Amino acid sequence: MKLIYEQSVAGRRGTQLPACDVPNAAPLAAALCRSESSALPEMSELDVVRHFTRLSRRNYSVDTNFYPLGSCTMKYNSKGLEAAADLMAPYHPMTPLLPGGEALAQGCLGMLHGLGSLLSEITGMDEVTTQPLAGAHGEMTGMLLVAAYHRAKGNRKKYVIVPDSSHGTNPASAAMVGYEIITIPTAPYGDMDMEAFRAALNDETAAVMMTCPNTLGLFNPHVKEICDLAHGVDALVYYDGANLNAIMGKVRPGDVGFDVIHVNLHKTFGTPHGSGGPGSGPVGVKSSLVPFLPNPRIVRKGDGSFAIDRDNPRSIGRTANFFGNFGVMAKAYAYIIQQGKEGLIRVSEQAVLNANYIMSQLKAYYDLPYDQTCMHECVFSASRQLKHDVHAIDIAKYLIDQGYHPPTVYFPLIVKEAIMIEPTETESKATLDAFIETMIEAAKLAESNPEILKAAPVTMPISRLDETKAAREQNVCCIG
Amino acid sequence: MSYCPNTPAEQQEMLAAIGVKSIDDLFAPIPQQLRARSFDLPAGMSEFEMLAKMTALAGSNAQGLVHFIGGGAYDHLIPTAVDHLANRAEFYTAYTPYQPECSQGTLQALFEYQTAICRLTGMEVSNASLYDGGTALAEAALMTLRITGRNRLVVDGGVNPFHRQILETYLEDIDVEIVTIAPRDAACDRAALLGAINDRTAGVLLQTPNFFGTIEELTEIAAAAHAAGALLVASTYPVALGMLAAPATMGADIAVGDGQSLGNPLSFGGPAFGYIATTKKYIRNLPGRIIGETVDREGRRGFVLTLQAREQHIKRHKATSNICSNQSLCALRGLIFLSLLGKEGLAEMARLNRNKAEYAKGLLTKIAGVSLVGSGPTFNEFALRLPKPAAPIVETLLQKGIAAGVPLGEYYPGMENCLVVTVTEKRSREEINLLAKELEVAL
Repeated sequence: MKLIYEQSVAGRRGTQLPACDVPNAAPLAAALCRSESSALPEMSELDVVRHFTRLSRRNYSVDTNFYPLGSCTMKYNSKGLEAAADLMAPYHPMTPLLPGGEALAQGCLGMLHGLGSLLSEITGMDEVTTQPLAGAHGEMTGMLLVAAYHRAKGNRKKYVIVPDSSHGTNPASAAMVGYEIITIPTAPYGDMDMEAFRAALNDETAAVMMTCPNTLGLFNPHVKEICDLAHGVDALVYYDGANLNAIMGKVRPGDVGFDVIHVNLHKTFGTPHGSGGPGSGPVGVKSSLVPFLPNPRIVRKGDGSFAIDRDNPRSIGRTANFFGNFGVMAKAYAYIIQQGKEGLIRVSEQAVLNANYIMSQLKAYYDLPYDQTCMHECVFSASRQLKHDVHAIDIAKYLIDQGYHPPTVYFPLIVKEAIMIEPTETESKATLDAFIETMIEAAKLAESNPEILKAAPVTMPISRLDETKAAREQNVCCIG
Repeated sequence: MSYCPNTPAEQQEMLAAIGVKSIDDLFAPIPQQLRARSFDLPAGMSEFEMLAKMTALAGSNAQGLVHFIGGGAYDHLIPTAVDHLANRAEFYTAYTPYQPECSQGTLQALFEYQTAICRLTGMEVSNASLYDGGTALAEAALMTLRITGRNRLVVDGGVNPFHRQILETYLEDIDVEIVTIAPRDAACDRAALLGAINDRTAGVLLQTPNFFGTIEELTEIAAAAHAAGALLVASTYPVALGMLAAPATMGADIAVGDGQSLGNPLSFGGPAFGYIATTKKYIRNLPGRIIGETVDREGRRGFVLTLQAREQHIKRHKATSNICSNQSLCALRGLIFLSLLGKEGLAEMARLNRNKAEYAKGLLTKIAGVSLVGSGPTFNEFALRLPKPAAPIVETLLQKGIAAGVPLGEYYPGMENCLVVTVTEKRSREEINLLAKELEVAL
């Protein structure tokens, strides 16, 4: 398909702007102005509409295909949430920052405060900041809070402990804040090796970062012990909320002993993933960390109105332009009030049911390195298929030909040829059965006719791409 | 309203297939003493009740304020087609294009986005977007530290104060010295800034137009930075690039900015996107996702996520950044917006902004006691000095439905009588006249 720049025709226009109703200004000095054209495409509106409509049809998406991408919680994004966000879209973020402006933005401020309160109750934390713009941004904010806490107490801390099953963002976020990383191996039962953890924990440990259930989809029964041991050396415990979809109403990280958490609104709370963003990663903390939360904070005053507290001298400062990804939060707020208490509990129960159903139906065909009841996702290994020189990636590409977005493959890194399946609660048994059928076919083909898997996909506009060439040539921008 | 489709009968079949009696059995791995102590949430509701609640919430905001405020978020026209195209579910309900064969729509669009950013900024390479303008500035600063191996930044005080606060927060726990140069007459104090650049300086950070609206020429500063072995980071307002010199042609090494003005609604400050672009030699130091062109097995052109060895999911704590997502859908909106306007449309939009701002500038400075702060050229914002404190005046006008400007005293001590006025193409001559009239009355 042609690039939009290859369809450009000199002089064509797509949008007419309003006529200028004021005099022309005196021109700027030439040195300040662009000398060369911006070379943006010149297209009619129909050209543009057709181009992007055609591009859209080259994507799999939740609305068009089952998308069991593990660790990403690709649930259905209900249409009402889009309407909810549109209602909240026209408001300027500077309004409440103007003198007398808070009174003019009570709806927006109230929604942010309300979302924070709902998330606090769901997670068992004392206060939530909605500023972080994505999960990883929440992690970094959390680590800045950890650092501020230790600095305020005069603690000399150097290390952050993460299990080897963790998301890459965990160690990367801790490193952004200047901590050194200690990685703990996974024990045969599927969670952080407790011996190794005890050996690594010491007075210089700043924090332990955990995902629970972890990236194998397993709930760690030692999680409270880990929190208690960490607190014994005044280390804080961070909860990566990526997998919160499994445990709503069942476990609250705050009750277990976690000190700081982030939640991914785009995973658990029904907001769309947008082809890779925008997300939103609110951070919840226990009272010991509240003084360090980012500025500005939204507070509720005695008279019930909402105000902005920007003079919080112990705050870590600011982490985003304004109040976070507000439009995403409007959808998450709408989602939570629509689901309500029973609805959220049902979400987790059905997500866990769907994942265990898939696991039970496929474990005769694929190796299951950690064979136990899973939470919202299960991780298989294609090691059995590897004997026929079929890799996880070949199975993934075959699934594309059969109309499925592949599961996450090669993550977590600790499982060889990993295939990580997260069906979510919004998929029907019929969809799961058809997918299971296709996965079984793939396993059989691996033995009988692996070439079909290795040639896949053959139904897409393109076949497998040369990633080495892309990395070598670094052609990341259309020239000319 | 639940979106869980399985009927009780289907659930029973599934439980039987798993070999357990109840859903509760599936939660058995969670020890009883770890179970939730509370889950005190309201009951759920239908979509219709939810929308009624959201309508009421939105209604408790002031409606129809006339915006002469910016501060990093700008009230611009958005062609209807932007919403229609970006709201296609194939875009908004997809995820990161890790499987390129079934994600060419997103991948090609982001490649085209990267190209648009390169063409606007004059740079050679762009990533697929960052969170926002402020975090993009912080990531650019981190790039200069990595590239030079130095630990000192010189930051012009004309950079958006919120963005500077983000920078300070990002760098709080690592050993970096930030030297901030106080602006003079709403512009960069060039003598002070040039004097602050030394052989320990990693990056020099400026914004043009700056927070006061003043357009900064960067050539001389770029030369001084390069002579000292430092990099120049320029933060720019992309609509202004329809008219103003591209950062790369003025010698900037890294161009960043906030993309909200390109087709993204105000939405109380997010989501939008930040852009970051640089020269080819620094591509491996870029944070975030990058899309690259390649070919498939039959030699057909296709696009993939490339140079992933920089990223957290491969490099973990040694990654160039912890960033995982981009603001893909917002960047797509930016690309569609730029494609609909085209090269001439963006230039015209930039001219409209400047014409209206100059008209407002002329009118407002005719009011007795009102003068410009500084004399530098401006784009669509300018700083005014009033004969009395600006905050109460802004408050008075706000009560009349006019957000007249951003008072500067909170951000620049000593400038209590000053405010920044923003005039985009959406403001009509009548609205500008009304602002002038009401400001005169309030004074």
